Amino acid sequence: MVPVTNYLALAAFLFAIGFVGVLVKKNAIIVFMCIELMLNAANLTFLAFARQQGSMSGHAIAFFVIAVAAAEAAVGLAIVIAVYRTRGTVSVDEVEVLRDS
Amino acid sequence: MGITAEQALFWIFAIPLMASAAGVIMARNPVYAAMSLVSAFFWLAGIYVLLTAHLLAFVQIIVYAGAIMVLFLFVVMLLSLTDAELGLEKMTALKVVGIVGTAGLLSLIVTALVQSGPRAMKAVGEDFGTVRAVGKILFTQYLLPFEATSVLLLVAIVGAVVVAKEKI
Repeated sequence: MVPVTNYLALAAFLFAIGFVGVLVKKNAIIVFMCIELMLNAANLTFLAFARQQGSMSGHAIAFFVIAVAAAEAAVGLAIVIAVYRTRGTVSVDEVEVLRDS
Repeated sequence: MGITAEQALFWIFAIPLMASAAGVIMARNPVYAAMSLVSAFFWLAGIYVLLTAHLLAFVQIIVYAGAIMVLFLFVVMLLSLTDAELGLEKMTALKVVGIVGTAGLLSLIVTALVQSGPRAMKAVGEDFGTVRAVGKILFTQYLLPFEATSVLLLVAIVGAVVVAKEKI
């Protein structure tokens, strides 16, 4: 029997990788991929606790998280395309019109 | 103390999962990052099966590895960025601080998990995580959030079209 700790540590690792990606990467598309990774880490945590508690509510929540991730990817990538069209770049460092100078 | 089949399977799925997740942030080319992410989703689906979440494992492959990643690859290839446009990743001091901070956060969480001790899984019935059982809970206890999800997806579709289209 694999203890729930292993699954939670794995989820923490995935979340940390995604978080580092969001902080470090320049390409907005890869930043989105890292957000998907973090959402997956949250899903893994939900499913691990659902299995440990023997309750299936976690499965329902994970299902909703996947639906929200799909919506987020669609809108997010549309924004990336719109930004590329108007500014000719997808670098998150160069899109800074809202930055306080 | 031998290694059980479940423990062996956990590591068989977990090690490639961690490697492909790391590949997402190591890759310079977004296409390689996307392929790494697809592979990470497949290994994660294996972990879900180990957690007896069979329906979620299939949804993971169909929705994530299928639909969402195809969307990502479409956008990557639509923009088809050259190396010059991608530019070099600059390692600023702030980014190094971010990496160190995240590593600290990770070690903190793992230490807390290890110190809280191993918690055994509860025994679950035959139908735990099957389509029938998850469907039943979705259409009874979680009916309102389920219906709200359909509205959310509709709004997302309309929003994506409005944002990405040049002229409406």
